[in-house]
Amino acid sequence: MSTKIPNVQSTEELREKWMKPEVITGSEMLLRSLLLEGVDCVFGYPGGAVLYIYDAMHGFEDFKHLLTRHEQGAIHAADGYARASGKVGVCIATSGPGATNLVTGIATAYMDSTPLVVITGNVATTLIGTDAFQEADITGITMPITKHSYLVRDVEDLPRVIHEAFHIANTGRKGPVLIDIPKDVSAAKALFKPHTEPVAMRGYNPRVTPNKLQLDKLHQAITEAERPLVLAGGGVVYSGGHEELFKFITATGIPITTTLLGLGGFPSGNDLWIGMPGMHGTYTANNAIQQSDLLINIGARFDDRVTGKLDGFAPHAKIVHIDIDPAEIGKNVAVDIPIVGDVKTVLEMLNVNVPHAAKADEWRAKVAGWKKDKPFRYDDSEEVLKPQWVVEMLNDTTNGEAIVTTDVGQHQMWSAQYYRFNQPRSWVTSGGLGTMGFGFPSAIGAQMANPERLVISINGDGGMQMCSQELAICAINNIPVKIVILNNQVLGMVRQWQELIYDNRYSHIDLAGSPDFVKLAEAYGVKGLRATNKEEAQAAWKEAMDTPGPVVVEFVVNKHENVYPMVTQGSTIDQMLMGDEE
Amino acid sequence: MNIMKHTIAVLVNDQPGVLQRVSGLFGRRGFNIESITVGQSEEVGLSRMVIVTTGGEKTLEQIEKQLYKIIDVIKVIDLSSKPMVTRELALIKVKSEPAERPEIMGVVETFRASVVDIGPNSLMVQVVGDTHKIDAMLELLKPYGIRELSRTGATAMIRGNV
Repeated sequence: MSTKIPNVQSTEELREKWMKPEVITGSEMLLRSLLLEGVDCVFGYPGGAVLYIYDAMHGFEDFKHLLTRHEQGAIHAADGYARASGKVGVCIATSGPGATNLVTGIATAYMDSTPLVVITGNVATTLIGTDAFQEADITGITMPITKHSYLVRDVEDLPRVIHEAFHIANTGRKGPVLIDIPKDVSAAKALFKPHTEPVAMRGYNPRVTPNKLQLDKLHQAITEAERPLVLAGGGVVYSGGHEELFKFITATGIPITTTLLGLGGFPSGNDLWIGMPGMHGTYTANNAIQQSDLLINIGARFDDRVTGKLDGFAPHAKIVHIDIDPAEIGKNVAVDIPIVGDVKTVLEMLNVNVPHAAKADEWRAKVAGWKKDKPFRYDDSEEVLKPQWVVEMLNDTTNGEAIVTTDVGQHQMWSAQYYRFNQPRSWVTSGGLGTMGFGFPSAIGAQMANPERLVISINGDGGMQMCSQELAICAINNIPVKIVILNNQVLGMVRQWQELIYDNRYSHIDLAGSPDFVKLAEAYGVKGLRATNKEEAQAAWKEAMDTPGPVVVEFVVNKHENVYPMVTQGSTIDQMLMGDEE
Repeated sequence: MNIMKHTIAVLVNDQPGVLQRVSGLFGRRGFNIESITVGQSEEVGLSRMVIVTTGGEKTLEQIEKQLYKIIDVIKVIDLSSKPMVTRELALIKVKSEPAERPEIMGVVETFRASVVDIGPNSLMVQVVGDTHKIDAMLELLKPYGIRELSRTGATAMIRGNV
């Protein structure tokens, strides 16, 4: 076994084999259709309702199937695969509990616009609606958290449905699409009629090209602005528009802040980059937003963690919003110049004759001054290991070139603050839903998509225990993810809120009784290391980097560390707790 | 903000689960549904839903945009932004001893409604009209005693050649 994805290029010869019009089962149609969509890796877990599908996979080697240890692990891995590659992530689970175990992962992907095709088995069509064994109405359950879903009742529909599902998942505003396949449909035989032609759906025509008049208005606004700012989000990464964004920023000279999901969409080393905005964003980004007179949102959705108190957000700014999803424009923040379109396409068109923001010299100097005077800071210590220091060490030893996945909580924010990303698709984190348990399995998917790159999964001791069972698939497939656990023996972000907002009333946050993570790793046959001070930390990390396979490195860090700056709920984003008050 | 009643028509693929997708969207985004009617449209394979909802202009805009995100939604039309005809049908079972019948028939005729069933001590009245007309008719029938009421909710169409 190896991490190697079977090197199946869709050669003419293979395509001919896959496309051959033969009478085959629905299950075989599924596999062939996946291959025709370019799938090279699938994450899944078998069960009664998908037995025909798994039977068709017996001895099948045209794509890799990774058997996770929990359906939730499978879907988070598929999500990580999609985020780190830009391709559609695919996972398979059985009916009933298999399908419902995917729900958190589907919601995670939906909130962060990750393209997934989620395949579930269901009981036979004759049993649907009878409360049959392992029956669940998964299309009904997931309706609010899927971009679209299908319950396939006729095997003849299967090739079209799969083709449409991939198209819907990975175009427009991307998202998860669910295909529910009853057992008798995966068993039924029919003549395979592959669908490869462009999809034409009357109800689905995402607008890619923007209205030119709106672009002219934006050009005009840039020329006039004295305090312009770009707020760039995940849309930059998802559209592949990072190079166009770089050109746009270079040409206009407008300072740029990137949201949590936008990290990596613009190189962090650039002088005009001022870090992340919002609840745990930089002093510079938050003040720049509040003082700007022109705020250009490129592919972000004005999430409440970014805007803080809406009434009072960017009070002086003319707001421009570029987004592929018209429903995002004007949803939270009133917009002066709406631009509906694909971020990459919009930026390409804008860049044709984009003006320099000539009136903004004073502003640029002011913003640069903040950036210099108010970087992220923490009090380092020689007695206890500081989590921020650990992330800085990870960054320094990898030159910001690794793919980093995180779980949710304090370690996620420190990773976002102290790891300096230089390229897109290098940062995998659950931003919208904030799903604990996401960090580690998503790293497995990211590694499968990028066998040659270093993948670091940064977790807390809480979230690591939500999907630690997937250590098994790292071990058995030798997937060389470096699994970092910042262990503060507590649910840190909850502790922080309880300290700051609930008068130190610490309620149910103590994670005493957690396993010895080194032994846990070893129990799965994965190397485990522990560090409690800087010297050990450096040595352990070096050993981890020098080890070819998966490694768990536990850093025992200060329990009482808080994430700063912090904007408490109900405040505008320039009202930040900076953490140096005490 | 101006809270108004809006009537929108939604042309959808005639697929299982479409009603659930549309009504679910209204529910989870906190949009109000006053009434909803669904039936065939002029085109095979498409159904037309007519939804009466309340909210300000911003809410209406969000409703339209969110509806368009549903893959099975083909078209959304704000009928109430233009001159429109709106109709609702109601069946009303009114308590009526034989002696009271002529009086009730008088009300029914005035409203150009009709009696579609007569029981030993009740009448079933069918009335078609806009919501106000049906409300008015109900007011007049109330004193006799309304045993059962079933209203379809409004369906509507823009006037002229639009």
